[in-house]
Amino acid sequence: MMYKIDQARLGELFAAIAEKKDLFLPVKKADQTDFALWTKEAEVDLDTLRTVKSPKDCFFPQSETLYNTSLEEGKLSIDAAALCDRDFVVFGMRACDVQAVKVLDNVFLADPVDTYYAARREHAVLVAGACHEPEETCFCKVFGIDAAAPAADVATWRVGEALYWKALTKKGEALSEVVKEHLTPAEESAVEEAQTQIRSIIDKLPYSHLKLDVFKETPMMELFDSDRWEEMYKPCLACGTCTFVCPTCQCYDIRDFKTKDGVQRYRCWDSCMYSDFTMMAHGNMRTSQMQRFRQRFMHKLVYYPDNYEGMFSCVGCGRCVSKCPAALNIVKVIKTMGGEG
Amino acid sequence: MQRELMNRAKELLIDETVVRVLGWKKGDLGYNHEPAYFDSPEELEENFVYDAFCGANLSKYMIEAGKQEGKTLVFLKPCDTYSFNQLLKEHRIKRENTYIIGVGCRGNLDIDKIKAAGIKGIESVDADGDMLKVKTVYGEKEMPFEEALLERCLACKGKTHMVYDELIGAGEKEEAGPKGNRFDRVSELESLSPEERFAFWRSELSKCIRCNACRNACPACSCLKCVFDSNQFDSNQKANADTFEEQMFHIIRAFHVAGRCTDCGECSRVCPQGIPLHLLNRKFIKDINTLYGEYQAGEDTDSLAPLTNYTFEDAEPGIVAERGRK
Repeated sequence: MMYKIDQARLGELFAAIAEKKDLFLPVKKADQTDFALWTKEAEVDLDTLRTVKSPKDCFFPQSETLYNTSLEEGKLSIDAAALCDRDFVVFGMRACDVQAVKVLDNVFLADPVDTYYAARREHAVLVAGACHEPEETCFCKVFGIDAAAPAADVATWRVGEALYWKALTKKGEALSEVVKEHLTPAEESAVEEAQTQIRSIIDKLPYSHLKLDVFKETPMMELFDSDRWEEMYKPCLACGTCTFVCPTCQCYDIRDFKTKDGVQRYRCWDSCMYSDFTMMAHGNMRTSQMQRFRQRFMHKLVYYPDNYEGMFSCVGCGRCVSKCPAALNIVKVIKTMGGEG
Repeated sequence: MQRELMNRAKELLIDETVVRVLGWKKGDLGYNHEPAYFDSPEELEENFVYDAFCGANLSKYMIEAGKQEGKTLVFLKPCDTYSFNQLLKEHRIKRENTYIIGVGCRGNLDIDKIKAAGIKGIESVDADGDMLKVKTVYGEKEMPFEEALLERCLACKGKTHMVYDELIGAGEKEEAGPKGNRFDRVSELESLSPEERFAFWRSELSKCIRCNACRNACPACSCLKCVFDSNQFDSNQKANADTFEEQMFHIIRAFHVAGRCTDCGECSRVCPQGIPLHLLNRKFIKDINTLYGEYQAGEDTDSLAPLTNYTFEDAEPGIVAERGRK
């Protein structure tokens, strides 16, 4: 069922959602747009195509406490961090970011289930917006994603003065029910023209026609041993920008902070670009930046699809394309390895 | 100029003056050129590029390139030569392993400024004239070249190269166009109350994602192992223990490069969150100029640096010195 709401009244919609659930959405702060908790004062920004960080933080925060230990009169106590127990809505996701959550689900919801992640996923409702003005760095189409029809709990489109709203799952329908007094019924056909327009622009984008067959057809070790890695990695500065803006990078580290009388054990995003990534007691198995660089792209394009029925763990959001300080990115890797469209 | 640079690089490869060339490789979007090594005239012919999107300062790459066998030819823009000189001064680069071609520069462009002007879906950018002509999937767009300049170019130190073996597209002494005082924004921040200033930095630095791009791109950050990468230290680089920590990282970094920072602007250019990190460095530069006399890091390789040199006449700013005098 298609509904609509006047865009000028979105503030009322947000307030209605926030009354019942936590609401995360793109907020502009100090000139940059990232997902943040909605407040009346927040500068909501639905125009920016892509937030700097992906909405990954809502499900898998950059840093989260796992448990605290303390020592009192010789007695050790361990307090696990509470699991998420409050429903929340992530509004304004993009189709690529929704697909990225599926990539994370495969990893975190498989046995052994990551209880922190699972609790957040259970309580989350994903509301995605169609991409009316995709950019040259976008290549979601390559992964079979349709930016004109995001596969979330609720899909939305901004056409003219209205925001169109369509629930696609039971969770989505339940959310529609919560905000029903703000929505009015609309025709399904109201967004069709916009969808055609989006798809025609996406067809024209320079990266839309990349071919990934080479990563499925070539034996893994042949790709691993390719001498192209040696030439590709050289400009890499070994920073973590690509991994931290990536919606699908899921590696984390577990560390301790010393507190006054104990330890706070936390986990935080890690980056395979860092020299101490996967450091173990004996040392590190990847000793050069070439190996670390290769790991990131082999994981996205070869290992992950090998583990999850051919699904790539890149969704074509283009964040690494626009943010790498040395202008390296996964598209350049795909092309160099023979995936030119 | 691109053709001239390419031809000269080919000559130097062929006559074996150098064994490799460090320059910029053409990107696939017209603006995303990457730093790259070229080993043959054919590679140069195919991929070498020099235009207004070659912002990356190649000096830092020379730390590694300088350790390789044989000479490396590197292309340096005027401001890049300050970083190179500073690295020479700190004995981080072997001059004898380097052949420098100083390249003329009319300023580098900031793709984020072009996008912020509402230009999306870019297919190509023609940056030859005073107006940028941008082809996009949404039609052709224009914007003034000047308005898309990188922050660093708005405070251009001059078009004169501080170190080179030869120059192409540049004279020996060239003036920069006057671009305003680079300390204006610093003075503005100084005029705020401590609370307002704290709020400004807190708002900016809370965007930090601890990706280390600023540090890794910075030519002054050349430590083999950064203290923030040490797993013996609570403040490893990956997460903020609290909202103060991201400030600590940046403030410590600014202190560590003080007196050595040439104001090349790479930190702000590469920050994915658009944090104006150069302002921290410029505050130090401004204070050094005021307290110890005008000093530009990287201008030469033999002068004594203000913070690593002591005289009895040195200024002793700060509350500790004030207390000592009583």
